Amino acid sequence: MNGEKMDTSIIQVLNSIFYAAVLFLIAAGLSLIYGVMRIVNLAHGTLYALGAYVSAWAVGSVFGATAGGNWVLAGQLLLLPIGAFAIAAVGAVIEPTLLRPLYRRPEEYVLLITFGLLMILEDVMKLLFGGTPLSAGSILDSMGSMRIGELLYPTYNLLVIGVGIASAIGLWAFVYRTRFGVILRATSQDRRMASALGLNVGRVYVQAFAIGCFMAGLGGAVVVPAQAAVLGMGVDALILAFVVIVIGGLGSLEGALVGALIVSFVRTAGIQFFPEIELAVLYLIAAAVLLIRPTGLFGRV
Amino acid sequence: MPATTGPSLPRLLVVAALAAAVLALLPMGIGLYQTELLIYGLTFAIAALGFNLLLGYTGLLSFGHSAYFGMGAYTVAFIMRDLHIYSMELCILGGLVASFLLSALFGYVCVRHTRIFFSILALALSQVLWSLAFKFFWVTGGTDGIRVPRNQLTLLAGFLDFKGAGAYQKFVYTYYYYVLVLFLIAVAVMWVIVHSPFGKALQAIRDNETRAGFIGVPVRRYRWMAFVISGMFTGLAGILWAPLNGLTTPDILYWPFSGEIVFMTVLGGFRTFTGPIVGAIAFNYLKVYAVASSQYWQLVLGLVLVVMVMVLPTGIVGTIAHLLGKLRRR
Amino acid sequence: MAILQTIDLKRYFGETRAVDNVNLSIEQGEFVSLVGPNGAGKTSLINVISALLPAESGRIIFRGEDITRTSTTERVRAGIARSFQLVNVFDNLTTFDNVALAIFSRQGKTANLGSLAHLDEDVNREADGILDQFGLGAKRDGNARDLAQGERKLLDVALAYALKPKLLFLDEPTSGVSTRDKGQIMDTIASVVRGEGITAVIVEHDMDVVFTYSDRIVVMAQGAILAQGTPDEIRRNEQVAMVLLGSSGPDAFTRKD
Repeated sequence: MNGEKMDTSIIQVLNSIFYAAVLFLIAAGLSLIYGVMRIVNLAHGTLYALGAYVSAWAVGSVFGATAGGNWVLAGQLLLLPIGAFAIAAVGAVIEPTLLRPLYRRPEEYVLLITFGLLMILEDVMKLLFGGTPLSAGSILDSMGSMRIGELLYPTYNLLVIGVGIASAIGLWAFVYRTRFGVILRATSQDRRMASALGLNVGRVYVQAFAIGCFMAGLGGAVVVPAQAAVLGMGVDALILAFVVIVIGGLGSLEGALVGALIVSFVRTAGIQFFPEIELAVLYLIAAAVLLIRPTGLFGRV
Repeated sequence: MPATTGPSLPRLLVVAALAAAVLALLPMGIGLYQTELLIYGLTFAIAALGFNLLLGYTGLLSFGHSAYFGMGAYTVAFIMRDLHIYSMELCILGGLVASFLLSALFGYVCVRHTRIFFSILALALSQVLWSLAFKFFWVTGGTDGIRVPRNQLTLLAGFLDFKGAGAYQKFVYTYYYYVLVLFLIAVAVMWVIVHSPFGKALQAIRDNETRAGFIGVPVRRYRWMAFVISGMFTGLAGILWAPLNGLTTPDILYWPFSGEIVFMTVLGGFRTFTGPIVGAIAFNYLKVYAVASSQYWQLVLGLVLVVMVMVLPTGIVGTIAHLLGKLRRR
Repeated sequence: MAILQTIDLKRYFGETRAVDNVNLSIEQGEFVSLVGPNGAGKTSLINVISALLPAESGRIIFRGEDITRTSTTERVRAGIARSFQLVNVFDNLTTFDNVALAIFSRQGKTANLGSLAHLDEDVNREADGILDQFGLGAKRDGNARDLAQGERKLLDVALAYALKPKLLFLDEPTSGVSTRDKGQIMDTIASVVRGEGITAVIVEHDMDVVFTYSDRIVVMAQGAILAQGTPDEIRRNEQVAMVLLGSSGPDAFTRKD
């Protein structure tokens, strides 16, 4: 293998991990919501897109579109996660108003209402931010690039990888090492038991839903300096997040991480070696996992 | 002799004949554009009718029915473009065979699960088809799609064609009756299916699959059969839609279109036989007018869906039936 | 000749011995009661024989054929039917359609999708006959979900009966039903079953019911058969009395004597 080819490979690996980090954030949120509440939120991808728009819009309105000095960059980076908080707030409104009244009905109704939400939110984005792509590219530009052999790689992408890793560790610690995590897991295993033990299931639900939405929003916030927010990005992202949690196991945090890595590396390899069937292969993997092991690689029975 | 359960046939036939007569007379009063819209509505109604055999009667929510609609439509496009066959009857035959094969294959896989797993499996498989249509652009035209030339189309084994002056008008008015007849046949066939012993067995599976097995119903095989019938109805809808639309694009294979089929069915009411028919026609008007009157049509449709689910979960037909029942009791 | 024979039939749930090497033999035309304290494995035994649960080891011989590895549907076709402890009917079908479907299934007609179910006069006549036998005739056109609890129990049994089984398992057909209705339900079941010469195995807690209707009683404890015999033999068996008294209260044995 010659030097240049080696460098390309390293960049492709980095790209895969970058992509996996974003996908993990989205999928972990989706999986958390399913795990605790048994809800498949079809609007989850759209919430991710909305997070990207909000962050890009906030950074753009406060700092303008051009790259500034170090202080400006620090401000931009601090402002960037605002999309995640905005989406968490949206989630905290949606759960008690739209979802809670439907828990007694067949699960189809909840699925449908999230589909309606998807349609509404897609157009709300169009209404608020217009049809043009919105980006926070100035952050990417200010942070510059680093050398990998003969090639350049944006430093910001490494930051995203870091955020992904930190979120994975943070979420893990949160779910397995905090009191709230215990409550969350108890509720996910037996809702009625949790309620009989005096836990406020309603509050757990709204918190779990908001945290899941926060993760989607965070995914959007960190991706937007590297890729502009465009209409339709949420609809595409949802299906990929689905593939991730189906492979990893619905409701499993570890599964979301491993699933995100598998999907990202298969995609990167796919784009290079079998571009025509890259997506088809991913969906087929998901279908095969569902068939052979419906609880996914890490799911509980 | 004891009275039989089930609908009174003569009364039903009268109502059906009246509805068919109204549909047959409508184009004379509503003009070209409205007639065209109604054809779309009728094709979607066939799709929703097929979809509801799974949701309403078998208890399986497919989030992947775009695949069978798309398969029907693309098969017509392929037959015309590659085989240069323009007879609609042959296109229907080819499209039905294709949607049979596809739904038999996908269904065989999907019915291994129920509930949300079934929904996701159906979704994932439909997305395979979408991504292939999207990527293999030299076969499918990619996002540009394939043109379905209706000026070369012939109906009734070449008896009718649409060339020369006034062809468009002739197409719409002729095609309306062509679709109407097939729609009526589809409704009749589906009505017989859901009232047959097989249809009762499906409803038993929906209510209680364990007990269905314990009275000797082969649950998985019947789910598969229901899936195939459902896929072929939706496939027929796609077949009829293709020449009407004049173009097939991957949009009809993409998962949000599956969501629209679900939407239509719930809008009309999935607990009733006529619900999906009414829902599909209503949805089509709703969407067309929402698109025409606002660039934020998705918002309008989304709000309608949310309100329906929250306030009128039995759909249009369910709600009307409920109100009529109340009136009668007074 | 025995219609049903289990040979060393076994099914554990982890450490719990639900069915522990059971060798049970049921004779043609018998009315057998399966009794024992809660958790004795009565329902588990029925579940394994009717294929709701797979057997871990052992064999099930039905009319001379080994059916241990066959599916639910195959066992129903072979002539084994059952009812359920918790009512298990088709809630959104009419009472009539519930029974009619079982008849269609027995006749192998459920794959028929080209004819209207309600125009089959033979099935209509038979279904109405069964509904009358079970006293459900007046409720034929209402949905099964709207029946009273006792009626739902009867419908559950009627579904199994409509399959014209050779061997019928009834899992607590009178549980959750008022004492007044119990006798009526059991009289209905006994007359129908004996009239048709169906072999019946019934799981029952009410010893009144058990002693009144059974030809033979099989007592289970901890997954195994503890004793079996005629009602008189069982009544005199002190070991059985200890086991049953321990669980179902002091009046379990007394009233009938």
